[in-house]
Amino acid sequence: MRISVEEVFETLGMTLDHHFDIRTVTLGINLKDCIDRDLDWLMKQVQARIVEKGQLLNHCADALEQKYGIPITNRRVSITPASLLLEPLPRKTITAVKLAKALDAAAKKAEVDFLGGFGAMVQKGMTAAEENLIDSIPEALSQTDRVCGFLNLASTAAGINMNAVVKVGHVIRDLAHRSEKGIGCAKLAVFANVPEDSPFMAGAHHGVGEPDYSLNIGISGPGVVRNVVAQNPDCDLTQLSEVIKRTVFKITRAGELIGRELAGLMKVDFGIVDISLAPTTATGDSVAEIIEAMGVGRMGCPGTTAALALLIDAVKKGGAMASGNVGGLSGTFIPVSEDAGMIRAVRSGTLNLEKLEALTSVCSVGLDMFAIPGDTAPEIISSIIADELSIGVANNKTTSVRVVPVPGAKPGSIVHFGGLLGSAPVMKIITKVTSAQFIQRRGRLPSPILALRN
Amino acid sequence: MPEQKASQICIVTVTGQDRVGIIAKLATTMAKANINIVDVNQKIMEDTFVMTMAVDIGQATMSMGQIKKQLDQVGRQMALKITIQDESIFKAMHRI
Repeated sequence: MRISVEEVFETLGMTLDHHFDIRTVTLGINLKDCIDRDLDWLMKQVQARIVEKGQLLNHCADALEQKYGIPITNRRVSITPASLLLEPLPRKTITAVKLAKALDAAAKKAEVDFLGGFGAMVQKGMTAAEENLIDSIPEALSQTDRVCGFLNLASTAAGINMNAVVKVGHVIRDLAHRSEKGIGCAKLAVFANVPEDSPFMAGAHHGVGEPDYSLNIGISGPGVVRNVVAQNPDCDLTQLSEVIKRTVFKITRAGELIGRELAGLMKVDFGIVDISLAPTTATGDSVAEIIEAMGVGRMGCPGTTAALALLIDAVKKGGAMASGNVGGLSGTFIPVSEDAGMIRAVRSGTLNLEKLEALTSVCSVGLDMFAIPGDTAPEIISSIIADELSIGVANNKTTSVRVVPVPGAKPGSIVHFGGLLGSAPVMKIITKVTSAQFIQRRGRLPSPILALRN
Repeated sequence: MPEQKASQICIVTVTGQDRVGIIAKLATTMAKANINIVDVNQKIMEDTFVMTMAVDIGQATMSMGQIKKQLDQVGRQMALKITIQDESIFKAMHRI
C-alpha cells in the first residue's frame, strides 16, 4: 500500500517543525591491536585509523542525509578506553596528555564533532596506568577540544570505588579551574554501570566486549513527543502513554533504518539504537516541556517524578517494539544547561539539586550539565557523585554525573556556555555542613545484595 | 541487453499556494532527468495545498543531490516548498 499524504506530512512535520533528527551517529573503533610500548608508533596507528574511518563516516552520513531528508546532526567516534592503550607506557602525565592531543588532532582531521573514550573502568580498583590517566584528565581535557572523558566509578556488581570517587572530586575541580567558565568539565562524565555502546557524549566509548567496529545511533525528538502530548490534552494517562509509545516507535524505526543502512555502507557491524530523548536549547526541543505539556505546572514541582517515570516507560516500550537493537543509555536526558525548560525551572526555584537527584532515580543518565560555584570543595563534589552513583548501583541502572564548577560564580547567577551546551543557572549547594569525613573514609562501598544473583 | 537498474521510489512533497502549472512544471523537471512519475496525490490540509508524488529515480540521469537542486529551483520560481526523500523512510515509520 502506498504511503498516504497524511503519513508523508506527519514525517515531514516532525523534521521541519519539531526538530526530529538523528542526533548522532557514533562509530565505535577498537584500538586494542594498536597497544604498544612505543608511544609514537601507537599514536601514528591510532590516528591513521580514526582519520580513515571518521572521514568515511562523514561521507556516508552525508549521503544518507540527502537520501532520507532527515538531518544527521553529529558524527562522532568512540574508542577503546584510553587507559588500556596506556597500560604498557610510562606512568607519566605527559604520556597520557600526548595521547589525548593525538586523538584530538585525529578527530579534527576527520572532522568528527567529538571523540569519546579517554577514560577507564575503575569500579573496583585502579591500575597504575588508570590512576595515571585520571591524574592527567585536568591537563588532557583542558588542552584539547574534541576529546571526551568517561570514568566508570561504580557498578551494581562491584559497588562504588570510593578511592576513585575522592580522586575525581579533585580532578573535576582542577579541570574546572583550567578552562574558561569551567567548561572543560562538560567533556567529562562519571558513571555507575556505564553502557559500553552508548553513542552519546561525553560518556561514549567502545567497550572491551565490542567488535572491531560498531555503528551506534542516537535518535532524538523531544519536540515531536511534546507536540503529540500537547495535542492530547484530555486523554487519561494510560492513553497518553499509548500516544507517546506510538510516536517513539516511529522515530526509532527511522533511526533503525538509517543506522542499519549506514553500517552497511561502511561495511561495519550495526551496534545499537539509543532511544534516549535528548533535548537541545532550540525552542520546543525540551524534555521539561514534555512534562509540562502533560499537565505538570513547572518542571520540578510535585508530580514531576511520576510524569517523568511515565514518559521514560513509554519511550522504552515504543522503542523496544521498533528495534531489536535498542541499547546504550536509552533513558531520558535531563541536562540542566541544554534544555530551555530545565533552565526556566531552576531559575524559578521549582527545580533544585535535590529534586534533580530524585528525578534521576526514574530516568537514568543522572545529574547532567549542572553548574555549581567554582569554590565548592572537592569533598562536596565527591559526595554529590557518591549519592548519584549509589542510585545507579542500588537500582541496577546507569547513572552519571557531569558537573561544571564555575570559577567565581555564585548561586543563582547564570553562566552562558554557548552553542549546544547552552547556559546554566548556578545551583545552590549545602556547604555549612558536609560529609567530608564520610567521603575521606575511602575504601569500597560494597555492592548491594541484589548483585548476588547467581 | 544492458542490465536494468533496480527501481528506487522516492516521495516528492510540495506545499504552498495552489496555482496553475505546478504538476506540469514538476513533470517537465522529472522528464528531463529520466524520472518516471508513479503516483500523484494532492489535497488541502489546514488551508495549504499539499501534494505528494511518488517517483522512480532508478533510471535517473542525475544524482539525488542534483535532483534536489533542480527541485529547489522550481520551488523558488513558484514559491513552493519541495522536498524529496526515499520512500523507505516512510515505510519504516508508518508500516509494521
